[in-house]
Amino acid sequence: MDIELMINSFPKLLNATLITLKLLSVSLILGLFIGLGFAILRMNNNKLINKFAYGYSYIFRGTPLLVQIFIIYFGLGQIEYLRTTILWVVLKEPYWCAIIAFSLNTGAYTSEILRSAFQTIKPGYLEAGRSLGIPSKIIFTKIQIPIAIKQSLPAYGNEIILMLKGTSLASTVTLMDLTGVAKYIISTTFKPVEVFIVAGGIYLFMTFIIHNVIKYLEKKYGFQT
Amino acid sequence: MELLYFGDKGWGDELFFATLMTIAVSITAMIIGFIFAALFTPLKLSNNKFLNSIGNAYTTVIRGVPELLVIYLFFFGGSGAIMFVASIFGYNDYIEINAFLTGSFSIGIISGAYSTEVFRGALQSIDKGQFEAAKVLGFNKYIYFFKIILPQMLRLAIPNLSNVWQITLKDTSLISVTGLVEIMRQSYIAAGSTRDPLFFYSFAAVLYLMLTFLSMQLLNRLETKYSKGY
Repeated sequence: MDIELMINSFPKLLNATLITLKLLSVSLILGLFIGLGFAILRMNNNKLINKFAYGYSYIFRGTPLLVQIFIIYFGLGQIEYLRTTILWVVLKEPYWCAIIAFSLNTGAYTSEILRSAFQTIKPGYLEAGRSLGIPSKIIFTKIQIPIAIKQSLPAYGNEIILMLKGTSLASTVTLMDLTGVAKYIISTTFKPVEVFIVAGGIYLFMTFIIHNVIKYLEKKYGFQT
Repeated sequence: MELLYFGDKGWGDELFFATLMTIAVSITAMIIGFIFAALFTPLKLSNNKFLNSIGNAYTTVIRGVPELLVIYLFFFGGSGAIMFVASIFGYNDYIEINAFLTGSFSIGIISGAYSTEVFRGALQSIDKGQFEAAKVLGFNKYIYFFKIILPQMLRLAIPNLSNVWQITLKDTSLISVTGLVEIMRQSYIAAGSTRDPLFFYSFAAVLYLMLTFLSMQLLNRLETKYSKGY
């Protein structure tokens, strides 16, 4: 055990954790909007729209995240036309490519979580709201959304933890996130166990925090339905 | 399309064998995972606090740490550990362990943590009366476990195990960082030499979709077979 290496690498790894957290938070926020959008499309009565939303979530859930990042980072740059548009400013940065891939991926999982949450809302609540003459927009924001949040919290908490682990793939497109820096230190010092303990410890600490925040929220939203 | 021709002209045969490699790694990893699950599920259900904490540590650490980090640990640490043992016996040359074994072992440990949780959940949701009845009727241990508990457990576990299979199948793409030529690595090589990454990575995505789709069909059949009793 090389304790000195562990102490020396800790600040470097902690610094890299900032990038991991940035990637995680930005892609979770974007993913939530994408997920909500596709969940609403999934509940549409139009078969074509429904199939489209299902196809999206099927493709993103059925392929590895690594493939998705590689298609976006290495693949899209190949299209000559894209290089001339304003999109290229975003797509040439590995940081944004990773964020796009993560958001689309977590969006697919989130849409499934939200859809099942919306579908488990008892129709009686909506009927009650409608018969009281509440406008459908308010039924959506004041009745459907709070119940859906409560229903989807446990599954969404898992998704956040999966996404935290997913951000490690950013290191494959040259980003120096926590895993990227850990790999760099391992390959220069050849002390995998020590670095694994420190980096893994940081990841476990983050998982622990997320787990407890979700638990707290579950309590807060734990009203009876 | 000619990029996919079989033989020297295209990458068809290479990708075909890479797909077989992905399937082989996934199945091996799944089996290694079952072995780990068989070892750790009893620990997680044990009343002994020490054994219990070992079981919990395994599932918590593996499920809380990114797969890539676990793979790096075994990739860089595996040959180091073996070389250390070899150096005790006076062998000081570089030893490289097979990428297939390192890969299946690291993915197997990850998949084992998920399988452990599945088996624990399934065992816990079997009606307590079943255990008691089997004991009261004086069945021997073999019948008790293989004829009474296991079939009921499998029925509850199979839907979740097919999720674990999906996760394992997708995780194998990460072994490409160790140089094992599976779908992802082969697409990387092909994309590099033809300068057509968009096509090859999209094709890799199609291959993964086919694998997940076909395996889900098979597993759904298995699920209906085992849920007959309901």
